[in-house]
Amino acid sequence: MALNQSLRPGLIQLRVLDLDETLKFYKDILGMDEVCRTSDGRVCLKTYDEFDHHSVTLRLADEAGLDYVAFKVASNETLQEMVKATEQFGYTVTEVPADSDQPGYGKRYRFKICTGHTFELYSEVALAEKTPGTINPDIWNEPPRGMGVIRLDHFLLYGPNIEEAERYCTEVMHMYVPELCNKPDGKRMATWITGSNKPHDLAFVEYDKPGKIHHVGFLLQDWNHVGQVADLIAINRLKKDIGPTRHAITRGQTIYFWEPSGNRIEVYAGGYTAYPDNPQRVWDVDHLGRGLFYYEGEIIPSFLEIVT
Amino acid sequence: MTNDHFHIRLPDGGAFTCRPGESVLAAMQRYENAPIRYGCFGGGCGVCRMRVVSGTYHQLKRMSRAHVTVDCEREGIVLMCCITPLSDLTLAFSAC
Ligand code: FES
Ligand SMILES: [Fe+2]
Repeated sequence: MALNQSLRPGLIQLRVLDLDETLKFYKDILGMDEVCRTSDGRVCLKTYDEFDHHSVTLRLADEAGLDYVAFKVASNETLQEMVKATEQFGYTVTEVPADSDQPGYGKRYRFKICTGHTFELYSEVALAEKTPGTINPDIWNEPPRGMGVIRLDHFLLYGPNIEEAERYCTEVMHMYVPELCNKPDGKRMATWITGSNKPHDLAFVEYDKPGKIHHVGFLLQDWNHVGQVADLIAINRLKKDIGPTRHAITRGQTIYFWEPSGNRIEVYAGGYTAYPDNPQRVWDVDHLGRGLFYYEGEIIPSFLEIVT
Repeated sequence: MTNDHFHIRLPDGGAFTCRPGESVLAAMQRYENAPIRYGCFGGGCGVCRMRVVSGTYHQLKRMSRAHVTVDCEREGIVLMCCITPLSDLTLAFSAC
């Protein structure tokens, strides 16, 4: 497929309760690099294998959770089209000037979707100072630290009316839905959405409270690295939620745990290659346990019920 | 005064022990009839919210204001993963 619309979720701003301790986790254990600090004290981070300026911003706040997610789109032309289409869809868009609150970022467009989450779209961002090599490149410049996550991969959001959110992603952002789960009444319970060949760039679960985040997912190389993450979780006395296990949905090999401020993190390897012309995979709610946790074969209550 | 453990009493009459410096939630995890579930252990998710009816405690971590407002905190509502006892405690479930 031509990747000429939404490229990927490129930036996420998370609220943390303890900046020092949580930052230490993102750097020393998850393995991200600190790129910069903003004048208001937020910290910008990137993985060793990401090219763009930064992908995660941490903001000290009095509650944990998500400020917003931002998607990088293919060109300024695409961006302008999507902004117009977003307004036509019914969401009010505001412009965030270039190089303002996110260093290195070009102009961003911000709006709130029906689930209560703030989304942003942008097409321009400076390259990071330390990017992966490009001329006869090695696989890395410095050995990855800790869990050695490769990139910000996806996130799962909880909120009301995910059918509309799904329609926004497909109609305006030109994404597609490789996999979904319906309730017995035919209403959407969960949806996995992508603009690329990844099985998901984002997912939604229907939930009565708006604006919640279930987890942020980072990419790992393979199943061996999932095991290494499990070791690091144990060694560092982090609180594990689930895994190592396998999702039948997306096919990812995975482990979930909480960072020190209580935001849930997933590290994830594998997953199938999605194509927009492939038939959609559909799950009934009573098979969802096996879809989510293929080895356990059942829903793990903490997983579905705990969000920030 | 040193104390090698404190007694934590639950609303159903059950009780468990908690070591000084240990979070009440970590101690509760060893108790088979724990009345609440375990989540993030980071003060962020709010599943470990209960009320301290009597006893004193020290706060180990910040608690998300999404789950414990200033007013609730004054009434003794806390997140069990964020406190360690300084005396025996009596816990309850009660809205705020
Ligand atoms: S377990 Fe999440 S706030 Fe205590
Ligand atoms: Fe995920």
